[in-house]
Amino acid sequence: MKIDKTYEGSFHIVGGDFSRAGEASTELKTIMLSVGIEDEVVRRVAIATFEAEMNIIIYTPAGILRYSISPGEIRIIAEDMGPGIEDIELAMQKGYSTAPDWVREMGWGAGMGLPNMKKNAG
Amino acid sequence: MRLKEIVITNSRDSEAEIEWACATDLMSDVLYYSRGNSVLITGLAKQQAIRTSDIADIKVVVFTRGKEPDRQTIELSQKKKITLLITPYSMFTACGKLYEEGLRCCPE
Amino acid sequence: MKLKEIAEILSLKPLTPAEGPDLEREVSGAYVGDLLSDVMANSEDGNIWITLQTHVNIVAVATLKNLSAIVIVNGRMPESDTLDRAVSEDIPILLTGKSAFETAGKLYRILNARNLQG
Repeated sequence: MKIDKTYEGSFHIVGGDFSRAGEASTELKTIMLSVGIEDEVVRRVAIATFEAEMNIIIYTPAGILRYSISPGEIRIIAEDMGPGIEDIELAMQKGYSTAPDWVREMGWGAGMGLPNMKKNAG
Repeated sequence: MRLKEIVITNSRDSEAEIEWACATDLMSDVLYYSRGNSVLITGLAKQQAIRTSDIADIKVVVFTRGKEPDRQTIELSQKKKITLLITPYSMFTACGKLYEEGLRCCPE
Repeated sequence: MKLKEIAEILSLKPLTPAEGPDLEREVSGAYVGDLLSDVMANSEDGNIWITLQTHVNIVAVATLKNLSAIVIVNGRMPESDTLDRAVSEDIPILLTGKSAFETAGKLYRILNARNLQG
């Protein structure tokens, strides 16, 4: 990573708002590219962030995504209003999901969110 | 492989380079299994498919069964410079024809 | 074409027990999809259904549409209630570690050779 300062910011995410789902992650992707982060790292961070954003939209009333891009590290923190994950071990399994049918019909909730975050995060 | 060699419906011409294929309606699977220069074949003819493709660096998306996307979906694909194609074929037939042409799924 | 032959050619692993749904049934063609409403609307009688959904509702869709079998791709395992329901509804569930694209690609070739439509 060839950046020499830290870039920080945050996005507010509203639960249930599918029409804007992915906007925050898309914007973060643009920011990362503009400050010169390499493509493969951008892709990984964007994917992990997108999954976190979708989790907030699908399961919680609202949340916030914070990012900090600094030399040597990109940190993404997703905070939301809950309800939280009952069994984290189960949720980490590929294919496990508690999503309702309408979410599945939107192309989400197939139980790959957390595995995806794990795969792409450091 | 050049897109125009594998185009399965009438569409605008494209020089996009395609190496792999990913066929799914579930967006997390696109994010998990796809590689950058893949074509996404999906029945989810919605904005979400374009957003997901943009995040995953996918440049070509094929909507199956002749599903016409809404205006917002088309606009988003233009804004993100993603080539959007519509095929009259089902996902099964689209996969079958592309597989015949030698296209393969993204290696994990 | 019999489900059993397809399972052998594609190395699909039957997950439902041998004394459960049999693999001698005829396959009319295939359908690929992960949106249940789409499969409900567009799959056809006797189709083999390729999906990565593992939720119990896939069995209900297969039953209602009289599908010949469900093939779950990408090495995904169905939940236990899905399997129980599949046995009681007489719907074979088969697994493959391959993707939907590859499974469909190979099956398309096989069915085409037998003049069966997708």
